[in-house]
Amino acid sequence: MKQNVRINDMVIRFANVNGTGSASANDLFSKAVFRMGIPLSSKNFFPSNIQGLPTWYEVRVSEKGFTGRRAGVDLIVAVNPQTFKKDVTSVVPGGYFLYDSTKNLHPEFIREDVNYIGIPMMKLCMDNYEVPRQQQLFKNIVYIGALATLLDVEMEVIRGIIRDMFAKKEKLIPPNLKALELGADYVKQNFSYPLNIRLERRNLLGDQIIMDGNTACALGAIYGGATVAAWYPITPSTSVINAFEKYCKKYRIAEDGTNNFAIIQAEDELAAIGMVLGANWNGARAFTSTSGAGISLMTEFLGLAYFAEIPSVIVNVQRGGPSTGMPTRTQQSDLIACAYASHGDTKHVLLFPATPADCFDMTADAFDLAERLQCPVLVMTDLDLGMNIHLSAPLQWNESRKYDRGKVLNREQLEEVKQFGRYLDVDGDGICYRTLPGTHPTKGSFFTRGTSRDEYARYTEEGDAYVRNMQRLEKKWETAKKYVHAPRIRSTGRKDAIGVVYFGTSGFSAEEALAELKSENVEFDVMQIRSFPFHAEVEKFMTAHEEIFVIEQNRDAQMRTLLINELQLPPARLHSVLNYDGMPITADTIQEQIRKGLNQLKKISVS
Amino acid sequence: MTFVKSTFRHPASAKNTVGFTKADYEGALSTLCAGCGHDSISASIVQACFDLAIEPHRIAKLSGIGCSSKTPTYFLGNSHGFNTVHGRMPSVTTGANMANRDLIYLGVSGDGDSASIGLGQFCHVIRRNLNMTYIVMNNGCYGLTKGQDSATADRGSINKSGAENRFQAIDLAALAMELGAGFVARSFSGDKTQLVPLIKAALSHPGFSFIDVISPCVTFNNNPGSTKSYDYVREHIEATSSLDFVPEEKEITINYESGAPASVTLHDGSTLSLLKLNPSWDPTNRMESLSRMQHAKNEGHILTGLLYVEPQTQDLHKTINTTSKPLNSLTEKDLVPGQSVLDKVNAGFR
Repeated sequence: MKQNVRINDMVIRFANVNGTGSASANDLFSKAVFRMGIPLSSKNFFPSNIQGLPTWYEVRVSEKGFTGRRAGVDLIVAVNPQTFKKDVTSVVPGGYFLYDSTKNLHPEFIREDVNYIGIPMMKLCMDNYEVPRQQQLFKNIVYIGALATLLDVEMEVIRGIIRDMFAKKEKLIPPNLKALELGADYVKQNFSYPLNIRLERRNLLGDQIIMDGNTACALGAIYGGATVAAWYPITPSTSVINAFEKYCKKYRIAEDGTNNFAIIQAEDELAAIGMVLGANWNGARAFTSTSGAGISLMTEFLGLAYFAEIPSVIVNVQRGGPSTGMPTRTQQSDLIACAYASHGDTKHVLLFPATPADCFDMTADAFDLAERLQCPVLVMTDLDLGMNIHLSAPLQWNESRKYDRGKVLNREQLEEVKQFGRYLDVDGDGICYRTLPGTHPTKGSFFTRGTSRDEYARYTEEGDAYVRNMQRLEKKWETAKKYVHAPRIRSTGRKDAIGVVYFGTSGFSAEEALAELKSENVEFDVMQIRSFPFHAEVEKFMTAHEEIFVIEQNRDAQMRTLLINELQLPPARLHSVLNYDGMPITADTIQEQIRKGLNQLKKISVS
Repeated sequence: MTFVKSTFRHPASAKNTVGFTKADYEGALSTLCAGCGHDSISASIVQACFDLAIEPHRIAKLSGIGCSSKTPTYFLGNSHGFNTVHGRMPSVTTGANMANRDLIYLGVSGDGDSASIGLGQFCHVIRRNLNMTYIVMNNGCYGLTKGQDSATADRGSINKSGAENRFQAIDLAALAMELGAGFVARSFSGDKTQLVPLIKAALSHPGFSFIDVISPCVTFNNNPGSTKSYDYVREHIEATSSLDFVPEEKEITINYESGAPASVTLHDGSTLSLLKLNPSWDPTNRMESLSRMQHAKNEGHILTGLLYVEPQTQDLHKTINTTSKPLNSLTEKDLVPGQSVLDKVNAGFR
């Protein structure tokens, strides 16, 4: 057991039952790793259920800073007998199965190559706590105490987190600390510890934070000046609005106690996006947050927003589709649905955050872009980024930043305009001047509509006027390319280098896979795409490389399709690296598919 | 194309107290069928806004899709308008109202737009008590797609092709009452004397106001056997009262020809003077109004006039405690908590 000691490199999985209070105990473990200065990420694999079904929480600890999902569990805390069979199978050979030994483990769950650590969690709780609910809840803290001892987590760090957690409910601190000791003491008395996988304090995190992307999006909306949020509950986006409301109540209350915000829970997603359009039309920054099924319902309004040119911000926390799909699993599978949402010729601006800091920045930026470009902007996050906690640069706001409210004429400007035309391209960039209701008693009013109209917003079915308008919208799309986020590119400098493209949450595992391949002297030019329409730099990269791997988390290679379609690329040059089982893509999957792809390319070049 | 009316104004045209002539409240030339009830409603809206001396830019007019939803082009040409998507005017109006509580919101819809595709949004905007006036131009049929029965067509009503409607009608006014609307009225496009004061009162009511206006479709639903034809409506109309609306700042003495006038004082001191046709009726009693509506329906009468009013009402802004300043007027100073707050937030995630 003492051989091959592995430090700060492991996957710990907790197998729990939904609704038993395990989530906060598991967070406690994550936070302890974080406070020991060691890189980690934590992922919740939860059912579409409130109570009773299995749920897993996985913590990846990586001294090297690789925080994507990794297959293979080094230690499982198995407290849900329903899933013992699956759980014992998930452990790597030589790994550990930590379970509640109050009842004997059935022989069918015994594997020769797995180490079993039985802690009588329930018995310890029954003996030490009287209230049934407490017996249930403290069982979670008991296993944290045991686990911490086995992995050499600094106990004082955990105690500190418990004190922080219950700072406002102080009387809960002693029983929690007691449960922690119960678990720790049992290990000390019955097992040799620490295990050969263990933690050691480091100082690798600098000023980083660890948070979920949905909260970061909500804060981005606050700093970005959103005053109206309209939404309909849907997993996994609900916590965006929950967090928005929480922080609004803290930081958006006027001196007289009234709210500098309005949050409306709509009757459905159609109404939610309708409210967002109404508010933006009337000059407030408004947004909604939804997921795939909601996007389908919002599609009609997205077409109106495109055609009538109304700013709007939509945070799309993507989940497994199509239809209800896998509501609690992650995917990047709404790209095409969002890029070309609605009937007729439409296309929409998309942003692809990859970290919580991106979620914050891009959500705030989305409001500027929406008003500058007078169109919907969709922030394309996903369940993995949105609901799981990730290491991130701290959130930052430039205090001198002014909102870009775009081309909006005020009363004085309207006095000077000879003849206002809402859809008149005065500046030649495809973006026209708009006015807000209530600005001027006799000037600047116009009729907003989803029907065809001329430059002066007058209804028309004249083909010429329609075509002029559609061409101007195309020109605006070109203009958009200058405003959206440029890609992040890392180049080897070699002319024959093969390219790798990724975006969003595929980045965590992509970087790990690329580092692994680099250690074998296989090196790529790498591009992280951050927006749609594609920035000129994206086009440059895509045309400069003969062969390119495109990593994404959907079946149909939707980003690849967008690249081929928008940049007129020969399809054979773009090779897909895909994962769409609902679990975040792993570095192993990426490596394996890239290796396979490289072999095929070799074969082709040989023949 | 949109027909543009002459902008010539006779210098001697009467002006209201804010300096606008009635023509300043008009819009583009209507493209609806000659004799369409909707044009009469547009004219009533123009009259009401002129009379109330609302500066045109202080009104935002919104609509859905359909013949009725086209009308905002034909009135209040100096007001911003928004022809949204089918059945979704209420949500867009909700957002607009949240953005700027200082404007007056007028929503125009039809029976297809509100009773079918938009029934959900119709119900929910009432629940929320959004401060807006919601006018349904109700002709019992889909005019723009050539006369299909709508959900407000009465059972047994005969359409132009001679087919009898076999389905129950949705009574939007009764539904609005049921859902707790604070101002509910029904009128007839052909009765401006009744409709104009109703619109004025509705625009002044500080919460959700609903007016169901029977507005015959001259082309597709004005035939014998239709219960939404001019003749049928005129023959079966029964009014609750005759009404006058007295804004707060003005004092108008009205001489009623007969009956005992009753007045209802609104939130801001304005008065609704009702000449009740039935002395026992109390327009602030929801139960009584609902029962009278049901009774009239059983008798085959179309009950018009003010059906219900709740003088003290709490609109959505009040319910969710938004600031008295329009949200669209807030700036970075009001909205950005600053880096120091963000530092604190960051610390919470370590």
